[in-house]
Parts: sequence; C-alpha cells; structure tokens
Amino acid sequence: MKGLPVLSLLLWMCAVYFVGIYLFVGGFLLVRLEVNRTSTCGDVLQPGEEPGDFCRAEPRFRRAVLLIIDALKIDFARFDPNNTEPKPYENKLPVLEETVSFRPSHGRLYPFRADPPTTTMQRIKGFTTGSLPTFVDVGNNFASSAILEDNLIHQFGQVGKRVVFMGDDTWENLFPKRFHRSLPFPSFNVKDLHTVDNGILQHLYTTMVGDDWDVLVAHFLGVDHCGHRFGPDHPAMADKLTQMDGVIRSVIDRLHNDTLLVVMGDHGMTDTGDHGGESQKETDAAIFLYSPSPLFPTPPSQSEPDVVPQTDLVPTLALLLGVPIPYSNVGQVLLPLFPSHGQTEGAVGVPSQLEALWINAKQVNRFLETYSGMAKDIPPESLSQLKDEFSRLSSEYLSTVREGRSPSPKLAASLQAYLTSVRDTCRATWARFNPLKMAAGLAILAFACLTCFILSELSLVLIRENGPGLKAPVVVALMMGGCVAAGQLLTQGYIETAWCLAAAALSSELLFLWRARRSRTVTVANNGSKAPKYTSWLTPRSLLVPPLLVPLLRCASLLSDSYVIAEGRAVTFLVFSLALYIPIHLNWDGLLLPPSHDPLKAAGLLPSAALSPSTVRKESSTLLGCLGLLIGSLYLSLSFHGCREEQGSCQPSPFLSPLSRLQDSQLKNLHYILSVCSLGLWTYLLRRCLRHYGNLNSSGGTVFTARWILPLLSVSLGLHWAVSATPEDSFRNLAELISLAQLALPRAAFFLLALGLLLIWLDPLTVFVKTRAPATARGPSLPPPRYRASTGISPQAELHHLIPQIYQRMRRSLDDGEVSGGGEADNRPAVEAYGLGTVYSAPLLLFCGLLGIGLLLLHPEGMALSFLLLLLEMGALLHIHASSTTLSGLHGTYTGGFYVPWTPIVLWSLAATQFFHATGHLPTFPSIQWSAAFVGFPDGHTGTILPASLVTLNTFASHILFAVGCPLLLFWPLVCEVRGNRGGRACGEEGEDAVMEMRLRENPQQFSSALLQLSTRYLFILGAQVFASVCAAAILRRHLMVWKVFAPKLMFEASGFLVSSLSLLIGVTLVLRVDVAVGRWFKRLIPDASR
Amino acid sequence: MWDHEIRAMASTHAIIAASVFMATVLPAALVPGFSVYGTHLLWIYATSGAVTAVSVAVFWLLGVTPPTKKHTLGYKLSRLLRSCLYFFLSCLFFHTVVVLYGAPLIESALETFSLAVLLTSLTTLRCLCVLGPNVQAWIRVFSRHGAMSVWDTCLQITVACTVVGAWVGAFPIPLDWDRPWQVWPVSCSLGAMIGFLTGLVAAPVWIHYHRKQLTYKCK
Ligand SMILES: [Zn+2]
Ligand SMILES: [Zn+2]
Repeated sequence: MKGLPVLSLLLWMCAVYFVGIYLFVGGFLLVRLEVNRTSTCGDVLQPGEEPGDFCRAEPRFRRAVLLIIDALKIDFARFDPNNTEPKPYENKLPVLEETVSFRPSHGRLYPFRADPPTTTMQRIKGFTTGSLPTFVDVGNNFASSAILEDNLIHQFGQVGKRVVFMGDDTWENLFPKRFHRSLPFPSFNVKDLHTVDNGILQHLYTTMVGDDWDVLVAHFLGVDHCGHRFGPDHPAMADKLTQMDGVIRSVIDRLHNDTLLVVMGDHGMTDTGDHGGESQKETDAAIFLYSPSPLFPTPPSQSEPDVVPQTDLVPTLALLLGVPIPYSNVGQVLLPLFPSHGQTEGAVGVPSQLEALWINAKQVNRFLETYSGMAKDIPPESLSQLKDEFSRLSSEYLSTVREGRSPSPKLAASLQAYLTSVRDTCRATWARFNPLKMAAGLAILAFACLTCFILSELSLVLIRENGPGLKAPVVVALMMGGCVAAGQLLTQGYIETAWCLAAAALSSELLFLWRARRSRTVTVANNGSKAPKYTSWLTPRSLLVPPLLVPLLRCASLLSDSYVIAEGRAVTFLVFSLALYIPIHLNWDGLLLPPSHDPLKAAGLLPSAALSPSTVRKESSTLLGCLGLLIGSLYLSLSFHGCREEQGSCQPSPFLSPLSRLQDSQLKNLHYILSVCSLGLWTYLLRRCLRHYGNLNSSGGTVFTARWILPLLSVSLGLHWAVSATPEDSFRNLAELISLAQLALPRAAFFLLALGLLLIWLDPLTVFVKTRAPATARGPSLPPPRYRASTGISPQAELHHLIPQIYQRMRRSLDDGEVSGGGEADNRPAVEAYGLGTVYSAPLLLFCGLLGIGLLLLHPEGMALSFLLLLLEMGALLHIHASSTTLSGLHGTYTGGFYVPWTPIVLWSLAATQFFHATGHLPTFPSIQWSAAFVGFPDGHTGTILPASLVTLNTFASHILFAVGCPLLLFWPLVCEVRGNRGGRACGEEGEDAVMEMRLRENPQQFSSALLQLSTRYLFILGAQVFASVCAAAILRRHLMVWKVFAPKLMFEASGFLVSSLSLLIGVTLVLRVDVAVGRWFKRLIPDASR
Repeated sequence: MWDHEIRAMASTHAIIAASVFMATVLPAALVPGFSVYGTHLLWIYATSGAVTAVSVAVFWLLGVTPPTKKHTLGYKLSRLLRSCLYFFLSCLFFHTVVVLYGAPLIESALETFSLAVLLTSLTTLRCLCVLGPNVQAWIRVFSRHGAMSVWDTCLQITVACTVVGAWVGAFPIPLDWDRPWQVWPVSCSLGAMIGFLTGLVAAPVWIHYHRKQLTYKCK
C-alpha cells in the first residue's frame, strides 16, 4: 500500500490546522511575562537622598477609601442639568457633580479608561499592579488566581497599613490572606443584584467610624449585575445608581481630613450591559477623587487630562499614601494632584510634579530593563529608543537638581511623554487583541475544515491517480512563506513568523481546493457513473442526515456558555441519540429484522437479502446487545464526572479523590478491590481478545508484550495503588520501604510501558507460521497443496490464493480447539499461519491497551472503573459498527472500498470527549489534575517538560486512546466478518470469503484510501469542534463568561486537538509499520512455499 | 386516489387536536390555579387522558383497527388486556429511555413517569389503535417499505414528530434562563405535544402531496 502519500497528506492537514490555531490563539490570548520582583522602600529613586528615606516621610494622606462600583461607566457619573428627560442611567449620581462644582479643589471627576480585556478580574489586577494584565500572565499559577506580581495591596502591607476589604470575592482569590480584615461576598450569580451591595452596606459605615483600618476597599457589584441582567436602559439601573449616590454621600460625610476617597468603576458596559472587549463604551469608566482637605493645588485648567488611563491610579495612590510604586507599574502619576514646582510649601510630604514624574520614570525604566531582559516580545527598536530617551532625560534632570535651578516646563512635559510612550509600547505588545491575526486564524481553520472534508471525499481519487497531490501545494506554500518573509524583511526589517506561516498555509489550502475542484470536474467528465457521488455531497439534504447533524449540534453547543458548562452531559446525550439512530436507521431500511417471506420480496421490491435469516438474527442481536452495553457504560460513566464551580448543587464523583484521602478503611478497601478488579478485567479482556483471534501463538515482540509485559504492568500498577493508599503513619517501621516502593513501582511501570510500546513497534507481527510437513516429506508422493495450482504465474497471483488457504487452516485448527491442529496432517498445505486475519488490529489493540494502563497510572485509583467502561464502550462501538456494516450488506461490495461511514466516526470522536469528562476532567484550569506530575516523582521535578507532559497525558488520556485506536474502525468489520459467514454461508465459498484483514492486503490502494478517509474524517470532526470553539471565543469576546468559560474551553479544545491529531498520526503510522512488516513476511514466505 | 381516507384522517386529527386544546383550556376554567407550567402534571394527565379517550373512540368508530379474526368475547377481552399491558410496558420503556438520556433517577421519578405516560399515549396508543397489540407489526411499520396503508404512513409521521419533539424539548433545559418552562419535564412534554400536533397537521398534508408516490402493494 501507499503509506507515504497517506502520511504526508495527514501531516500536511495537521500542520495547516496547527497554523490556524496558532494564529488565532496568538491574536486572541494575549500573553505577558510576570516580573516577580517587588519594590522596597530602600530603592534609590531620588538622587542625592539617602536610601530608605522614602517610606519614612509623612505621606500626604494617612488613609484612603476605595469605593469600586463595578461597571460604573462615565455616562452614569456625569450630570447634565439641562437634560429634562434623563434615561434610567442618566443623572442618577448628582453627588459627584455637586462636589465637583461647589468644591473644585476637593474633588474631581475624570473618565477612567480601562485596558482590554475589560473583565473584572483583569481590571482589579490592572489597577493594583499598574500593569496591563492579559489572559495568560505567564508565571501565574494556574491552580489559583492569586496575584504574584508586586501590587499596591502588597506595598500597603509592607509599610504596615491595615487594609480592610469588603465586597466582590474576586479580591479574596486575588489577594488571599493579604487583608487585615476581609468580608467577601459571592460574586458568581449575575442575577443577584443585592447580596454583595447589602453585605457591604451592613459593614461599611461601622468600619469607617472605627479606627482599625488605613485602607478600605469596598467593591460593589450591583450596577454590573444590573447591566448584565437588564441592560443599562432599565428602571432597575436607576434604582441601583440612586442607591450608589446615597452610599457616596454617606461615605463623604464620614471622611476625615487625612483620608482620600476614590470612587471608580473598573470598566464600562455596552448598550446591552456586557463588557470584556475594547470598544469605548466598555473601556470608559469613571473615577472621582475627593478629600475633605484641599486635594488639587491648582484650579481646574486647560492642562487637565481628558481621560485617565486606569494604570495611572497606582503610582498616584502610591505617592499620595507614601508607599513605593509597585515594580511592574507602567502608569504615570496624575499630575493635577501634585503641586507644581515652587508650590510645595503648603503641602507636607508631597513630591512636586517634577519629583513625582522622576520617581515614576525611574521606576518604569527599571521595570522596562528587567522585563526586556526576561522576554523578547517588545520590539527591539522601540526599546532602544525608549532607553536613549530615558538616559537623555535623566542627565538633564540630574543636572537641574544639582545646579538647583528651576526646571524648565519642557522637562516635565518630556518626562510625561516618555512615560506615555512606555505605556503605549507595552499596550501595543500586551493589551490589544490582534483582530487581523484572529481573522487569519479563523479563515485558515475554516478552509482547513473544508479541505479536510473534501480530502475525505476524494481520498480514493487522490490515492489512485495522484490527482491533486501534495507536491504543488507544498511548493506553493514554501514559496508564499518565503515571499512574505522576504517582503517583511525588506519593509520592516524583521520577520514575523506567524504571518509567513499564515501565508503558506492559506495558499497551499487554496491551491489544493482549486485543484480538487478541477480534478472533480475532470473525474465527472471522464466517468459519468461517478458523477452523483462527487456532486451530491454538498447539498443541504445530504448534510442534514443525523450523523452530520449531531456534530453540527455539538459544534453549535460550543457557542453557548450553558452548554459548555454542561458539556459532559450534553455530549453523552448526543452519543446516546446517535447510537439509538443506528438500529432505527437499519430498521428503516428493513435490514434489522430477517426478511419475512412476504410477496414484497418476491415482487422484487426489496433488495434480495444477501444474508441468511439466521445470520441477520445473530448480527441484530449482537448489535442490540452491544447497544445495550454501550448505553449501560454511557449511563455509568455519568457518575465519574467532576464539577465546575458554575454548577451550583453538583457533587463531584467520590472516585475522583485518591484512596489515601479516604478515611473509612472499609470503603477504602472496597474502592481498592473495585479498581483492581477493573484493572484485571481490562487486562483479561485484552488478552482474551488476542487469544480468540489466534494472536498469542508466535514468539515475537508483540506477543511477548501481551504475554508478560501487560500482566506485569497491571500487577505493578495494582501494587502501586496499594502502596500509595497506605496511611502514612500505619507502618512506621516500613516507612522507608514504602517510600522506596512509591518511587520504584511507578517508574517500573513507566519502564515496562516504554518497553512494551517499543517491542510492539519493532516487531508488530503476531503471526505464527507453522510448517508441519518437513521439507523432505514434501515430495511428489504427497498431494500438492491447493495453492500450488498457481505456482509460476506471478507472485501476486500466488499470494491471492495462498492467503485464504493459510487463513482457513488457521481458523480450522482453532475451531478444533487445538493450537497444533494435529488431526489434519494429510492432504493439507504445509504452511499454517495463526493470527493472520487480525494481523493489523492485534498490535494496535495491544498498543491501545498498554497505553490505557499507562494513562491510568496517572489518574486517581477510582478511575480504573471509568477506564474499564471506556474499553467496554470502545468494544461496543466497534461491534456495533461491524454488525451494522454486515447488516447493511456493505461486505459484498468490497470493490467499492472499505469506507467507514460517518456515524461510527462521529460516535468515536464524541466518545473521546465524553470520556474526557468521565475521567474526571473539565475544561477549566482549576480542574487540571496536577497530582499526575508527581506519579513516580514524589519529590518533584527539576525541569518543566516532564511534569508538563505527564499532566498533558493525564488530561487528554481519552483523546489519546480514542485517536490511537481510530484505525480499528477500519479493521473491525473485517475482523468480525467471519462470524457472519460461518453461520450462514455455504462452505464452498469460504476459501474466497473468510480472509478477514487480508482483504486489505489484497486491495492495497483501497486500503490506503480507506485509511486516509477514516483519518481525515476523524480530523474533520475534531477540527470542526476546534473551529466552533474558536468562533465562540471570537464572537463572544465581550461575553461575561469569556475568560471563565470560552477562553479555557478554547485552550482545552485546541490542545486536545493537538494531542488527538498527534495520536492519530501515531496510530496510522503503526498501521503502516505493520503493513511493511507483513510485506516482508510474505516476501520471506513465498520463496519458501514456491520452492 | 385516497381522497376519502385523507379526508377522514384530517377530520380525525382535527378532533384529536381539539381534544388536546379542550384538555388544556377546560381545566383552566374549571379547576382553580390550573396552568400548563404551574400544575404541569395535571396538564399531562388531562391531555394524555383526552388523547387516549378520543383516539380510541375515533379509531374504533372509523374501524381502522385491524378486524379481529375471532369475534368471541374472550378473545376480544384478552386483546384488550394485552393492549393495556403493552400500554403499561411502553410507559416503563419510555421511562427507562428518558432516565438513560439523563433524567434524574430518583428525585423526580413521578415527573419522569408522567412524561413517559404522555409519550405512550401519543405514540404507543396510536400503534395500538392502528396495528393492534402486535410488536412485530410495530417494528415492521417503521421501515421504508413497511407501511401497508395510509394510516401506517400517518402513524410513521406522527410518531416520528412526537419523538423528535420530545428530543428537541430537552435542549433548552441546560440554558441558564430560569424560565418556568425549563423545569423538568415541562419543555420535553411541551416539545412532545408540539411535535404531535405538528405531526397531526403534517401527516395528511404530506400524504396528500405524495399520494402519487405512495403505493401500498398489499392492503
Ligand atoms: Zn467588573
Ligand atoms: Zn460584569
């Protein structure tokens, strides 16, 4: 068979998908490196002053109250007295306007511009660290969302200020144990407008009157939730804003002279009340600064900022409250709050505008140096420009200070310009979706799905005629990639790899599609009979059949947060529906029941049955029995699900917690016995299956693996569970032994697994050849074996006759129950081959089985049950597929190829997702099972690659198993074929019929095209799911749940696709490897036999 | 060709649809506090009772039910008993399927069973009326060439519509809209009922437009 074209086409397809995913993710998931350093009071920021001086000076304000009103849009805060018909959200906060106009030096209102993503968590991070948080802050601990970067709360704690917090519990997750006192309230339920706000109001005033606080943070959520629920244009918003107006008034009444009040929103909202994106409605919040003592040294003037970037709050608050500016801050101080040079007499402890700017600039420059040393994502030329600018400014400032002359106003302006340009550079790098990249990724993925679909339809043409082959697309891809690279080099001076890849992928896809289209028309023209096959596949009627409707529903479900949250059950529902569709459809075609003797058939209305009634009855009962098994395991697998935090009243499966955490020893023993039993059953079923098809007779590497390594692996796994489940204090004297076993057993299992997989790879043949008649006895006196008839014609022709012979011998000897088949010495051919009929599927099955045990090692013990269900479901699916193939009479038409229809492939891919959930995984970061990284490495790791790959293997275990086992769908109908034939057919034809997988060997072209079609169809379904979740992330990037549901889902779906496609490639390669080995085996056999 | 039968079918369906309508409206007028969402189980019982009674009466009057070979009272009685048994078994069957589809096993067993009763009275009862208590014939009817009469085709359409309606009715349940009709099993039973009504309308229309293609070889 043609292995190379299959593999190269698959590789190309995967590469195109990867490029699409890479581009989209690169444009959507902004990544930034966290700097783990913190600023201290000892930082030398002022020239000529002693270190450590910074925090000791009396600050401008001793205390501060931060009232954060979530989603307080600037439109809500403004007051227009001329507006006689205010909308529900207009003119509802008169207190701000009154203060600003009557006491202009005490309070002012500014628009407060947030950086995208405008979601609450990222915003809180932003205005406490002064940085521009992205979705993925590398260095962030995925398991918890605590802020590790330097931030205001940390700095307040360092100088001993007592921070009291109340409100949105996001803060509690971001700053665990950092508050002097904290009163978090649940923020999750968007429909609940009052719990958080009323909770705050219960405590706010009493706390303010008391004296055990220095910084008070209160985060109200009502306005935001009101927006999400009703939108801004709703009477409920008016009520909520009026309530907030009262709150601000009461707080102002209780303020002391040494206290600063900041009222602000973390982001705005769109007209529908959502946020998350980068439109001005979402980014423009309000900030209101107020103090009972005069706050602004100068009256409002032209130099007032039009808009205050959100990062600017951090350095301003830090300098006003006398703490160091957090290390990673890129904001600049809000100048109107600081006295200009020469005005400093009145204010105590306030740096002048220039001083503040200088401290700020120095800190920003220090951060920039550290960051550019760690990461390379800031363009080098703008970096060097910034550096030059800073050194020029610093020399100018230092000389000004040293000479004591009054600074020129130009200096302050250029310091400001420097800070602005730093922030703009950082923003361009971190805080901007790249819509162009996102669109390019979407386009590439869409075309990739289309290409994949067409590839699966055209697989036969491709293999047979080398039709629209791969050479031209690859050449064009390389050329386009090179052209774009050269163009970039000429115009920009540097190469952006993403765009070269995009150009390459897109051009190769388009060329392939164009050529496929042309070749289709050519095929149609050449071969009229094939025309309907190629022209009918894109009509809506053929696309809306249930096997394609179900994946369509599945993709649509990825666009809704509720369905993503309930994904496990939704997928099970779909699998169940599609599984039920199989017998219903068969019955609709009249194939499920044995044809009754009615006049219909006599009249020739029904297709004459190819199968005898008893065969039909047997196959139908197999099908229904396996359907029952499938449904049973589907239903049982529901009890292994984990729980998302969004699912309120959900209880995670008790099997998910490791045995060592169980207290009740009886329950523990029960769980252990259950797990070991299912592990034993897994091993037994595998061996049973292999033995049944005669694959355990030879002495090759695969058989060795099946005989020895598989049981050994299970034994070591069972022992490992026993050891890790023992309570730590029970066997004191054995502690050392136990810790040794904890290290050695899993490592031994890893070793055995690797050895087994390697042996399967090196020697995949499970065929046992037995030459019963010695060479001397093969004289002319013996009747010649039947295959002799073809000797001398051609090796191919001989092969055709030889294989059924060999196969029949093997079956017969098995039927007799004797491995040696001793009773048939005479008149029989001299060569017997055991296990030739399952030569392809046996190594693949064993490979999957071993891999399954290896992956089970990385899971909690209780998951053994779930893995057993997985195996049962796999087997049930395979048998259902085989039976329905037999029943629908596809066996008779091998000239048409070995095509696997959509239904089993869709079921297979959905089952992978279903068992992702049924092995306790969820598409959220907190649910990743980190303990997998410590299996066999209880003391941790030094590198990151090994633990990361262990966790990946754990997370995508079911994806891996189903993808590697995918080619089994092609083999299983052939493996099961013999059952049907033995029952009903006349024995005369058996020589030609019962050859099982050797059919594939006889039709190498159809074998390769069927393999290609199967894998591309599987890839298509996986790719369509990725495409759907990419669409969800792109369309719903403003959605409340985007960072909680859709973005994690996208990342899991994309990595799942990556892992699945690689595993699929491994499975296909293994099949090709077996094919090569079988070819060699025949080459060795035929010269022997024909001699 | 079958204008007469199609007309009979249309009027039968109109009567059944009217009975569903009455079963929804009449209790609302008579029983205080009755509503489709609020007292959902009551609605299910009312409608399934009405559909059962009206279907049995109409089909018996029309004589669609295959004539019994023997006219002895004992045989008729045993047929009736078997029909009742099948009705009950079908309720259990639907209950199992619905539970396997993901309905709560224990908590709302009564609700699930009520849905099963509704589904049975919309689908199995029709089978019983048209084909009699003969499971083999039921299975045979649901195949491409299995319909032997206009009523068989009509049965195919209404049953498929009802089942698909109930299946589609499960879709809104996970959504977080907090509507009263998202409560289990309201959306499913409403879906089944809407599907059934659609089937009632669609069957005569479809048969009317496809009467040329329909060829029933053996009556
Ligand atoms: Zn917010
Ligand atoms: Zn919000």
